[in-house]
Formats: sequence, structure tokens, C-alpha cells
Amino acid sequence: MREVAIVSFAQAPSVRRETERNEVEMLTPVIAEAIERSAISRKEIGFTISGSSDYLAGQPFSFVTALDAVGAWPPIRESHVEMDGAWALYEAWVRLQIGDVDSALVYAFGKSSPGDLGEVLALQLDPYYLAPLWPDPVSLAALQARALLESTGYTERDMAEVAARSRRDAQSNPNAQVASDFSVDDLLAEPYLVSPLRKHDCPPVSDSAAAVVLAAGDLARRVCERPAWVRGIDHRIDPHYPGVRNLAESPSAALAAREAGVGDAPVDVAEVHAPFSHQELILRDALGLDGRTAINPSGGALAANPVMAAGLIRIGEAARRIMEGNARRAVAHATSGPCLQQNLVCVLEGD
Amino acid sequence: MAERCAVIGVGQTKHAAKRGDVSMPGLVREAAARALEDAGLTWRGIDAVVIGKAPDMFEGVMMPELFLADALGAVGKPIMRVHTAGSVGGSTALVAAYLVQAGVHERVLTVAFEKQSESNAMWALTISVPFQPPVVAGAGGYFAPHIRAYIRRSEAPAHVGMLVAVKDRLNALRNPYAHLRLPDISLEQVAASPMLWDPIRYLEACPSSDGACAMVLTNGDGAKRSPGAPAWVWGTAMRSEPVIAYGRDQVNPRAGRECAADLYGQAGITNPRREIDVAALYVPFSWYAPMWLENLGFAEEGRGWKLVEDGVTAIDGDLPVNPSGGVLSSNPIGASGMLRFAEAALQVQGRAGEHQVDGARVALGHAYGGGSQFFAMWIVGSEKP
Repeated sequence: MREVAIVSFAQAPSVRRETERNEVEMLTPVIAEAIERSAISRKEIGFTISGSSDYLAGQPFSFVTALDAVGAWPPIRESHVEMDGAWALYEAWVRLQIGDVDSALVYAFGKSSPGDLGEVLALQLDPYYLAPLWPDPVSLAALQARALLESTGYTERDMAEVAARSRRDAQSNPNAQVASDFSVDDLLAEPYLVSPLRKHDCPPVSDSAAAVVLAAGDLARRVCERPAWVRGIDHRIDPHYPGVRNLAESPSAALAAREAGVGDAPVDVAEVHAPFSHQELILRDALGLDGRTAINPSGGALAANPVMAAGLIRIGEAARRIMEGNARRAVAHATSGPCLQQNLVCVLEGD
Repeated sequence: MAERCAVIGVGQTKHAAKRGDVSMPGLVREAAARALEDAGLTWRGIDAVVIGKAPDMFEGVMMPELFLADALGAVGKPIMRVHTAGSVGGSTALVAAYLVQAGVHERVLTVAFEKQSESNAMWALTISVPFQPPVVAGAGGYFAPHIRAYIRRSEAPAHVGMLVAVKDRLNALRNPYAHLRLPDISLEQVAASPMLWDPIRYLEACPSSDGACAMVLTNGDGAKRSPGAPAWVWGTAMRSEPVIAYGRDQVNPRAGRECAADLYGQAGITNPRREIDVAALYVPFSWYAPMWLENLGFAEEGRGWKLVEDGVTAIDGDLPVNPSGGVLSSNPIGASGMLRFAEAALQVQGRAGEHQVDGARVALGHAYGGGSQFFAMWIVGSEKP
């Protein structure tokens, strides 16, 4: 495949409620920063693609006005996926393989605060048999956590340790929303939110936006001192119905990881999109990550979970470690749908 | 170096105001199964799925690809969901083509659908939000001023829109999948139909349809093994421009002109009027036929209506436009663009049945969306590029 690398990344700090700025105003400085850091001019960008969901904004075509943040005049080559921005990055990587363009801008935005996120995400479910029951994402995740606890040796303490580590690591991430030093014992003394999940096992509701610039081959080397090369990228989906899956496993994440080549060499750092603490345990096993890999040094989705942008932020955070010279080989993961239904895995390497 | 890409399977549903006989999974599966059968493949032979549709509010399901993955045989495979407004059916096909051209996959199933009867598109398009004034008149209300501007600029006679409306509905009678069947359609009938958004009359507007379209795309090796003659992709292009920009012309958008120029460059076409045998254009309101003929370079600016008036765009004319009946006869919004792309493929494969254009070797598939700001196009040919 053609060599393609991430050469810059920018994000807006995640906040519970961005009341001052709309989506375009949130995106404009983020896109400007990503482009400026890439040292590729706006006019040179060969392809632009975004990921977002109309249901968060509560209006059709929310990506249309977001184009105002790009400056699409004169007209540009542009597309949009109604998916997390990680899949927009995948499409950009595919587009760059064709060889007629050398760079791409990828952006994603998610402003969950205008609605009730639990109600909104219930509308992702099968509209005939599941959505009429209004299962909220926390309750569905609790079913998954229960399945994990009862079929493996994992305990609620393992889950609390993931939460404590994530929020502790988030203290050094200026873009994180929930950052603090909790003791595992204190966390386990808290009441259940939806058994076996406690509040700390669940992600915050976040507003944010992110942008990444990709460049191919020599252009990437010219504009970036340490490009984060995409060595493998793949995504897969599991069946939709929670009842027909073994929720304690993630076959689609395992398959995507295999196809992306995660196990081909040691992994220094992994940014895993696990909105719930138990999901990190499932994903660590699916991706084949062990104690030698630093997991979610950014704090991950338990510290900030802007729906539709959180997956792209995982890729950006992993790439940042390589671009800053703090890691040689990194893995990034993104998820979508109820109980980790759809998963994307990306392997990044420095030179 | 990019791989070659070819269409080896096409399938679509019967389009109707309400397909109450099928669920959404049933609808997309109907089109996909037909495309697979056409390609001589089973679900197992597909490497990845690319699905597209217009706003999720049209059915009231957020990211419906998640629940449609099972019906589309996508479990364990990559599935992507494209949404680029009205052009989405076209851009979905283009994303599938990219996967093949990039050498990532050998056989890609691409599907687009809309089940408008599940919700109310007029409502879904007119939601009021805090930061923007709502457009409370649907697509027709948005586009009518641009049509009036076209008529004023081009001095086109008033009956041109009605000629398009009649021609496309008569063409639809040759297409067994078409939604509208109006055998008695006439200029008088169109003229007498209610004025919805001046100058768009009821019979000059597209219907609301339930329907889906699917195609199987493959590379050069896959095309060799295909049971029938493939339609080869000669060129693909996408362009977007913002809602508001100084100097923006919504009547003859720059994004459309540049998209066509890019496309013709790839396909080696210097004179589209002479070198393209049939055009499947996205015409949801009758007047968009002459407008796009100009935007795409088939006629000089201000002269597109002459092609309509002179019968050039008739099925037996020199440049047949929308022999299937087009969007004016079937409009499952998310699928409407892909239906244009699929119609172009069927024509160069010589498999368009009763609406086949004799000797069609090079065809254009075209889709647009948003406020005439998103464009997706491809050119397919019977010969390898």
C-alpha cells in the first residue's frame, strides 16, 4: 500500500456543555490549528472528509453548515460519513491510496449537550424490536458488564482500577473533562448506577471537535519531523442484537486488530475507545494488549467522550505520541453502536 | 497506480409511495440480493459493504447501518455509511469505487435506500434550531427561486419544464421499477396541476418514494470472472461548496462545473455532447434538466432548454436524458443518486430493457444535493478505459 501518515492533530477541550459556540464555531479554530501544524496550505489539501451525526445536533444536514469551518470556496473534493470521525479517517486513507491526491483533512464534531444523550443513542437501535423499549446505553452496557463478570475472572475491582487509572492519567491531559486522583476502594464504596456499573464506570457526556491531517510519502516527510505512519487499518462489525452476541467478547475488534497487524510487533502505547470501564477489559483481550503497553495515557473515553469525535481523538492521541517522539509503535481503536458493535483498529509507527 | 473498477451487478426494488410489505432490512436486502444475483455472487463473495442514505430523520433511526448490518450480510466485514445530502446515492457508489481503485477490496457491495413512508420528509427538512432560520417549505421551496432565476436569465419559454415532466413520465412507463405510472400524462394535464412553489407545478415535482438500489463493484480480475459484460468506470468525481460564499451561483454552481471538468478529464472526454451517449441526471424538479445540461457542458449557458425543446433529450433523441424516468418518476431520496449511477451502468451494459438507448457505449451518472452544493458523478463505458 502507499505510505500514508498522520502529520498533525488538533482538538477542542472536551466540556460538559459548550453553550457559547455552535458546531461551526467549535470546529473553526480546531481545523485552523490542524492545518497550520501540518504546514500544508488549505488550498493544497487534496481531500476533505468529516464524521458526525444529525441526531446529536437535532437537525438534518448538520455536516452541511460545518463546511463553513473548512472554507470550501473555491469548491473542494469532499465527503462525509455519518460515523465517528475514525471512519472518516479510514475513507481518507483509502482515498490517498488511489494516488491522485497527496493530503487529506479529516474532522469530526460531536455536541451531545443539546439533547438527552441516553434517549438519542436509544434511537441507534433496531426501530422495530429494540428502540420501542428505549434501552439507554448505560443499561445496555450494564448487561455487557454483567456478562463479562459472570463468564470471566474479571471483577468490579478490575473495572474500578481502569476508571481510577484513566482519571488519574487525565490529569496531565489539558483536553480531558474528568480528571482526578481516586482510590479504588473509595470508588468501590459508591452505590451502583445500573448494576454492576457505578458512576465511575461510565463516560462523561461531552462536547468537542477534532481534526487530523494526513499526507502521503514524501509530502509527509517534508512537512512533519516524525510522521505517524498508518501501517495497518481495518474495521469490522458484529451482529446488532445484543441477544445474539457473546457480549463478553468482541470478535469484530479482534478481527480488525488481526487484519491491521497489531500483534506483529510490540505496542508502546494504545488509545482504546472504551466508553465504559469493563469495555477496556474486553478490548485489551480482543486486541491482544498486555502489561507492556501503556493504555489510554490521555485518560481515554472515561475522561472525555464526545460522541462522533472520540474515536478520531483516540487516533490523534496515539499519533501525537509518535509525532512527539514518545512512542515508536502505537495502536488506536474506535467503536460505534451498542455494546461495542462496530470496531476500527489502526496501527501507527514512527520511522 | 489505481486498480480498474467495474460494475458487475445492479439491483433495485420496485419503488412505491409506501412499501408496507417490507421492513427497512427487507427493502435494502431486496435490492442487494438482486445485485448479487446479477453479479453471479453470493453474500460470502462480498468483501465490504458501503451504504448510503439521506438524513437519518427521514426514517427516525440514528445511524441505521448498525441495525442493517445483519440484513446486508456485513457481519464480520467492514461496513461504512455515507451521507452527503441528496448526492449521497452517487457518493456512496464513489466510496465503493475508491475501495476497489485503492486495491483495498476486490468485491464491494454498495447499497443506498430511503423509506420515506416511515416518516415525513417535509418535517424532517424543516426542523427549527437555535442558530439557523428554518426553511419551512421543503426542497421545492428552496429551489423555486433558483429556477425563476434560470428562466429570467435564459429567457426560456414557460413550457420547457412541462416538456421535461411529460417526457420523464412517458419514459417511466418503460421501467418496471418506476414509482409513478402516468400513462395519460400530457402538457395540458401538467399545466392544469396545482402550482406548488411557483414555477414548480405538482406534476413537475418528484414523488416521495420507498426504494433501494444496489451495485456490486469489482476490479479488473473480478470483472474477468463476471458472468455478464461489465460497465467500466472511466472516471469519478466529487465536489462541494459552502451554503454561502461571495460569488456563489446556485443556478449554475461552480462545484458542478468543476466536478464535470475533472470527470471529463479522467474519461478523456473533450466534447460531452458528442461523446456521451446517454445521461442519467438528478432532476427532482423538471427545470433542473435544462439547468444541469448547461452546468455539465452539454449546452452553452442559457441554451440548455433548446435541447429539451428540440427533442434532443428524448429517448430516441441525440442525447437521451433519464430514459428510466429519472427522479421525477421515482424518488427514494438516499437511493436516487445511486439509481442514476446504476442506470448509466445498465445502459452501457445494454441491459436497460425497454428503456435501453440503442448503441449506448458511454454514459454519465450524476447526483447533486444540499443547496445545489454537493456533486457526485461518474462516467461508465462498455469498453475498458
